[in-house]
Amino acid sequence: MADQATFAEAAMPLMSSLYSAALRMTRNPADAEDLVQETYLKAYRGYGGFEEGTNLKAWLYRILTNTYINIYRAKKRRPDETDLDEVEDLYLYRRLGGLEAAQISRSAEDELMDWFTEDEVKQAVEDLPEQFRVAVLLADVEGFAYKEIAEILDIPIGTVMSRLHRGRSRLQKSLYDFARTRGLADEDTDPDAPPRRQPERTR
Amino acid sequence: MDDCNDALHELYTYIDGELTEGKREVITAHLNACGECFEAFDFQAELRQVVAHKCRDEVPDALKDRIAQLIDDEA
Repeated sequence: MADQATFAEAAMPLMSSLYSAALRMTRNPADAEDLVQETYLKAYRGYGGFEEGTNLKAWLYRILTNTYINIYRAKKRRPDETDLDEVEDLYLYRRLGGLEAAQISRSAEDELMDWFTEDEVKQAVEDLPEQFRVAVLLADVEGFAYKEIAEILDIPIGTVMSRLHRGRSRLQKSLYDFARTRGLADEDTDPDAPPRRQPERTR
Repeated sequence: MDDCNDALHELYTYIDGELTEGKREVITAHLNACGECFEAFDFQAELRQVVAHKCRDEVPDALKDRIAQLIDDEA
């Protein structure tokens, strides 16, 4: 059982990661602030139930996502049942992978990092339907393991994997659309063209 | 080609570090032998980093102060 007196010291440093997640979930700074505040208050009040030595960040995320889902579902009245079209795993790579090799003057490591602006990546994440967005945030941004995500969201690991899979594919499709809008990729890029064989990178 | 399909099937479990050591070694061996799969896996792993890196926001100081105050008030 955790002592409330130690709560602030342990939980406050995690606030920026929770706030970033809250922003992606609510897509609005005022709602994100309310969500984080509500999460910290609930966490403080329930801290006696937190088992010390277990993962505090995962515990806080569980409160954050539950609070978000309750508010969101209350507003929408029913859960988001949206499904996503099947998009291939290598959607973006098959369309942009060739570009990467073409830009030989730039260093291999930071190319992809430079292709998309922060706003574009955030937008692509925020455009995902709720359940896919939350899975992608927990895995890709926060680096939680499948098992931890399953516990945070109270869903089976298989469901975590399928949401992650579909969410990531859709994210690639959105990013590709940004690239195309900016003229990074050709309008007529053949979606079924095989990837160009490329030399192995030196690391 | 079968090896490529097997590897691609484990694309996400591999880059997420969710495979057992044995399975991981099999895929790693394939990636070391197949430049095409190596590039594709490398691209996906980088994409994961791009998402992680670009989705960070600073907490407003006012929010930090407000939450610290609320917790103080509760104590």
